[in-house]
Amino acid sequence: MNRRDFLQVAAAAATVLGVGPGGLARAATAQGISQGDLLRFPAKGNVTLLHVTDIHGQLRPVHFREPSINLGVGEAAGLPPHITGKDFLKAFDIKAGSPEAFALTMEDYVALARQYGRVGGLDRLATLVKAIRAERGDKVLLLDGGDSLQGSWGALQTKGGDMARALKALGVEGSTGHWEFTYGKDRVPGLIEELGCPFLACNVKDTEWEENVFDGTHMYERGGVKIAVVGQAFPYTPVANPRWLMPNWSFGIREETIREQVEAARAAGAQLVVLLSHNGFDVDRKVASRVEGIDVILTGHTHDALPVAVQVGRTLLIASGSHGKFLSRLDLDVRDGQVKDFSYRIIPVFADAIAPDPEMAKLVEDLRAPYAAEYAKVVGETDGLLFRRGNFNGTWDDLICEALLAERDAEIALSPGFRWGTTLLPGEKITMEDVWNQTAITYPAAYRMEMSGQMLKDILEDVADNLFNPDPYYQQGGDMVRVGGMGYTIDIAKPIGSRIGGMTHLKSGKPIDPARNYVVTGWASVNEATSGPPIWDIVSAHIGKRKVVTVKDNQSVRIVGA
Amino acid sequence: MTTNLHLDRRVARRTVLRGAATAAAAAGTVGLFGASAFATPEKANEMMTKLLGGKTAKEGRVTLTMPQIAENGNTVPLTVSVDSPMTDKDYVKAVHILADGNPEPAVASFGFTPASGKAEVSTRMRMAKTQNILAVAEMSDGSAWMTKTEVKVTIGGCGG
Amino acid sequence: MSKARIRLPSTAKKGEVIEIKSLVNHAMESGQRKDSAGNPIPRKIINKMTCSFNGKEVMNATLHPGISANPYISFFVKVEESGTFEFAWTEDDGNVIKETAQITVG
Repeated sequence: MNRRDFLQVAAAAATVLGVGPGGLARAATAQGISQGDLLRFPAKGNVTLLHVTDIHGQLRPVHFREPSINLGVGEAAGLPPHITGKDFLKAFDIKAGSPEAFALTMEDYVALARQYGRVGGLDRLATLVKAIRAERGDKVLLLDGGDSLQGSWGALQTKGGDMARALKALGVEGSTGHWEFTYGKDRVPGLIEELGCPFLACNVKDTEWEENVFDGTHMYERGGVKIAVVGQAFPYTPVANPRWLMPNWSFGIREETIREQVEAARAAGAQLVVLLSHNGFDVDRKVASRVEGIDVILTGHTHDALPVAVQVGRTLLIASGSHGKFLSRLDLDVRDGQVKDFSYRIIPVFADAIAPDPEMAKLVEDLRAPYAAEYAKVVGETDGLLFRRGNFNGTWDDLICEALLAERDAEIALSPGFRWGTTLLPGEKITMEDVWNQTAITYPAAYRMEMSGQMLKDILEDVADNLFNPDPYYQQGGDMVRVGGMGYTIDIAKPIGSRIGGMTHLKSGKPIDPARNYVVTGWASVNEATSGPPIWDIVSAHIGKRKVVTVKDNQSVRIVGA
Repeated sequence: MTTNLHLDRRVARRTVLRGAATAAAAAGTVGLFGASAFATPEKANEMMTKLLGGKTAKEGRVTLTMPQIAENGNTVPLTVSVDSPMTDKDYVKAVHILADGNPEPAVASFGFTPASGKAEVSTRMRMAKTQNILAVAEMSDGSAWMTKTEVKVTIGGCGG
Repeated sequence: MSKARIRLPSTAKKGEVIEIKSLVNHAMESGQRKDSAGNPIPRKIINKMTCSFNGKEVMNATLHPGISANPYISFFVKVEESGTFEFAWTEDDGNVIKETAQITVG
């Protein structure tokens, strides 16, 4: 399917599935959206898959701004999810200013966020899930794609335990992982126990005997259909995150293992094969094109939210966003071991339109209670929009880099290209909870060290290749490392070693000298011996001094070749 | 006493840099592969020809499974399997593994017999840097087959 | 001090192809490293491994310094009868590490 074909299919599908001008947009205003509108769905067939992924520790409704820059390379260039803003609205025939436009793009974000309010929250998700279960009974299978148990202070303090309890209460029936592994090899088995459902990761082997660490596949029966769910953990966990936290486990894409699992599942009588994946969308698109027999890939990791199922051959790819902002519902008509028909909708979890589920609301309150006082502590205020997501800059990371440069007295600051982290609107107070929502990891030390200009170039080149290698199997699914105190030019179309140029030390205006050493500060080093204060202390101290944070437009990265 | 288990100066530096890390002490590291010159694609091809007794290997029949990106350059898993019935008349005699970016191009050779039943072997190797790994099979009929794959050694640490 | 470990099924059907996994603790000193004083560390690796079944060799391996410490080798054997696998790892200095494993075929 080429780009033009795709866009035609997409536009048609969007209209059919009710997210076009004839769909939710009729509701027109936030107050006009009802729970019923969100749940309205053309039910189909004998199976309903519900998918949440990458909730990143957010028990309560949040703001989350979708990216303005989300570039694709190679065959993925210009294809969803690599379209943003107005192009996205056009491709999916979504009206500017509509609820879908607010949920799926960053167009007119601040105004629409004030109009439509927050999104997500486990109590709202619980209401939707219960309503769909009431409608569809034993046809429903609810799956979590991983990265839901990390990303908040409460999740960090309980090593994922708070989210595990909430997801168990939500009725999640299968999961896989990525950041979950950063709680350490000794914690993961207990965490899975607390989650209380199959944790599937066919691509994790032990480093001694090369044998499976977790179950790869679990068989379910829903609506009379035998469903095999194959789990795929984030393939580059020990590369993108500290390997010392999971030293005896080896990951990788392991396409041949996925193929074996799918074949074994079919041989065991599976009529529907689902890959519950934390590969990232482009990796999954390639998997779908190379591994026969997968009916559905529930994608995760790259935080993309798409209003249609993307078809690759006979495989449907679902992209359900992040931070609890969406619940995906995929109805399937499975007969004779084949998907005959489907309906799909990505349901935006508009918190103001959904009645909180009382039981879940109580649980969320209980889970948050131990940290409520710390969460509420106001450290400052922002007069601009604070967001993280985007390939190159986000104002949150600009603020973090600014804090690092000031508090650690350095020339250059580096902040990792994480895709998680919530958004604050202009004029909002910044609380400790907000700071932790950007920083709550198990390896938070803010280091200070000397690095040569050449080392800095090598780092930028290496990370850029993780993002822009034209072969998706070499992509790690994060965004570019964020840089403070230094500007550069990137040509994303070039190979590794020649993408980065024009590196400039912003304060002096001088080119970065490959041979000179610079004082560099940063956080989230994957090295075990890293020392320094936790990043949240640095950021909160800095904001405390600034009182009101003013966000400047960041012009220090120039992009070519896109 | 050795100072560390890093592979060489380059990898030691890279390992320390993972995710823009600390510990600049790496500059003085003396690694596992020392400062020796690295092999090249030409040297790897020369070694392959030598191992094959002058024969040339055709592309095909050999599958080499390795990670696209190494998690740990000290120990990168690999599996070689060869399309062969493994009968008395038609079997794989040997499999060779070569690297074009390590100090020595030869990594390992494995000898099989029809009693192997299946021409497949797995092991774990060292990788000094991003490079191609070659797997070559010598068959009982005298033919030789090969494949190669690139494995990337990366700084990592910024995904997610 | 080297310790070898083997994993294989204890029983198999006649004619079955079984997987044998082997691990041996060994530094596989490459000979290309220097110590902290800058002196070369002499090479000492396991350069050969063999596996025989009831006295007949079924697999051999020639190893170079590019093989990781604690060499791991897994391979397959078609078993037609019960018997004993004998494994031998030879170090550069000629020292041989031995291990055996039994299988019942029937």
